[in-house]
Amino acid sequence: MTVDLTPSRPQLDGTQFDTLDALESEAIHIFREVAGEFERPVILFSGGKDSTVLLHLAIKAFWPAPLPFTLLHVDTGHNLQEVLDFRDHVVAKYNLRLHVASVEEYIADGRLTERPDGIRNPLQTVPLLDAISENRFDAVFGGARRDEERARAKERIFSLRNAFGQWDPKKQRPELWNLYNGRHSPGEQVRVFPLSNFTELDIWRYIARDNVELASIYYSHQRPVYQRDGMWMTPGVWGGPTEGEELQTLSVRYRTVGDGSTTGAVLSDAADNEAILAEVAASRLTERGATRGDDRVSEAAMEDRKREGYF
Amino acid sequence: MSDLLRLATAGSVDDGKSTLVGRLLYDTKSVLADQIDAVTRASVDRGLDTPDLSLLVDGLRAEREQGITIDVAYRYFATPKRTFVLADTPGHVQYTRNTVSGASTAQLVILLVDARKGVIAQTRRHAAVLALLGVPKLVLAVNKIDLVENPEEVFTSISAEFNELTSSLGWASEDVVEIPVSALHGDNVAIRSDKTPYYTGPTLIEHLESIPVDAEPHRVGLRFPVQYVIRPRTAEFLDYRGYAGQVAAGSVVPGDDVVILPSGTRTSVVRIDTADGELDVAHAGRSVTLILADDVDVSRGDTIASPSDAPEPIGEFDATVCWLAEKPLRPGARLLLKHGTRTTQAIVGSLVERFNEQDLTTDQSPDTLELNEIGKISIRVAEPIVADDYAVNRHTGSFLLIDPAGGNTLAAGLVGDVISAVELGERV
Repeated sequence: MTVDLTPSRPQLDGTQFDTLDALESEAIHIFREVAGEFERPVILFSGGKDSTVLLHLAIKAFWPAPLPFTLLHVDTGHNLQEVLDFRDHVVAKYNLRLHVASVEEYIADGRLTERPDGIRNPLQTVPLLDAISENRFDAVFGGARRDEERARAKERIFSLRNAFGQWDPKKQRPELWNLYNGRHSPGEQVRVFPLSNFTELDIWRYIARDNVELASIYYSHQRPVYQRDGMWMTPGVWGGPTEGEELQTLSVRYRTVGDGSTTGAVLSDAADNEAILAEVAASRLTERGATRGDDRVSEAAMEDRKREGYF
Repeated sequence: MSDLLRLATAGSVDDGKSTLVGRLLYDTKSVLADQIDAVTRASVDRGLDTPDLSLLVDGLRAEREQGITIDVAYRYFATPKRTFVLADTPGHVQYTRNTVSGASTAQLVILLVDARKGVIAQTRRHAAVLALLGVPKLVLAVNKIDLVENPEEVFTSISAEFNELTSSLGWASEDVVEIPVSALHGDNVAIRSDKTPYYTGPTLIEHLESIPVDAEPHRVGLRFPVQYVIRPRTAEFLDYRGYAGQVAAGSVVPGDDVVILPSGTRTSVVRIDTADGELDVAHAGRSVTLILADDVDVSRGDTIASPSDAPEPIGEFDATVCWLAEKPLRPGARLLLKHGTRTTQAIVGSLVERFNEQDLTTDQSPDTLELNEIGKISIRVAEPIVADDYAVNRHTGSFLLIDPAGGNTLAAGLVGDVISAVELGERV
């Protein structure tokens, strides 16, 4: 089987309406519904590829008006510098307002305690909920997709959360036609996922088609890394190579963006969108009876599971 | 570049639905290597010699304990020709709620039967609900065809029975296709089987790839519910005023005369804006921003429509509802109604009839409508809505009933007397 990797530029005669057009129109419709029905929406923006596409679509939904939402990043303190730089670059480029909730600050003043394993993803929840309640955000956009794992397959596009941010599966509402019900009681919030129906391949196709600017670490680059649990890790404030782990400079790229302590890079020479599309498509087409190269793809996919614990 | 087809499944796990969905994902290579590895390992642990594909989609144990297997799950697969969003609806418990949810956005539904059992009561109930919902295309997957004695006879007789059922419910014969499959072995799902020489039609995937996507059987003029008014108020766009929304039905071209509803004000469309540039035309499904010729009063909740067939705004109407809440519906209930981009207060008048999808009969004037029941009711709304009959257009004829207290979605609503149309076989 072959996958069509030619990104199609948007045809502006309006007659073409392909998969990406349909997904884009759906996401724009969702953004506009929230703008029409909620008081204080916020977009979770980490600088990763999904939240970058999310922001790109939000800006398109309200063009030529300024984005009517603020941004929120829950910074674990273990982000790669390139990603933080990219986050700030995008905020400046579009003249946006960004709130940063810092896990580091919470640890420094004792509101949170560092875990023995040093992993900070689970610590994000408290700063996130505090930021939501302090700013009285009533709708929180996230870049999560339903194809990411089995457990997400039943998530709604509008997902009701109680004041503790908890998801009660029995309280989820049936979602009918494209009529989204955003009614909620005071103190409750609604998490909204405009990218629900995008797959990973759709995301990359869309990035290629719309020429969406991404953080540099998504593209192949030379980086000093060491191998741990089959992943290529970057040294940083979260730690570095220990005995028996050797630092070497290799050609790598990141498939997902998360904490430096838990997110690894994959060996790759894919330096542009077309090459990455080919790689992503190939990983989908991996047959069982994996060769070593396939092992690598499989590990990379496993890594997708170690994503930021926002949702 | 591929296009997008939204489909749903209906049928029960016992008939091999999870295996069929797993097979669709597996044979289109839409599963990541690590997921396949996990399923293979789990299958080996269970003493199986081939991977049990149902494990790709069946909920985790924790999930089952939480009781959310009675819920729609969304699956994604793709071929070079088409991308598919599949709403996988559980067959047993609360099947009405789930079937209605999954089918509400589906252009096609795959109904599954076990070749050893044929068309059963549940198949008839599902088909009746799908007819109410106006699903344009049906596929009957006759599964486990390898397990019956005379497959050709069995397939022919099940197909005949299903065709009789669907034509009595209003589907044209060309919109219904039956395919003999074995989800377990993959026969006629993605790969043509050499075990079914009596069947010369397409495989399931071939059929899904080739049916026309924009199969909206009923054509109406432009319906554009305004979602949001775009007013940048920036130096560069000081006087810009655009009406943002998604074309719900029909299409729009610059220069078109339009009417603003419910006010009835007439104007015309100057331009169709998107962030990528102006469009020459926008068809149903596309999100755009319309620039109008005159400075008219338009806000969220209004509808921009073609003057030639503009619907009359209605304040009181009959509707068919599928009741989705534990608490039953009683006459006189005060609720919220969301139609298009307008949410308004509503009062339920009388419960006219309850529909028995099992035998397509109705009970007159029921006292209540209970969870998962379907009925005809009368409704009065505080602000008039601009709707078409659901039988004419699914997007402009659908609404939600919402609990004003907690905000829960209580019912899926269809404008007009859809039940009678289905009973008379005039739907779809």
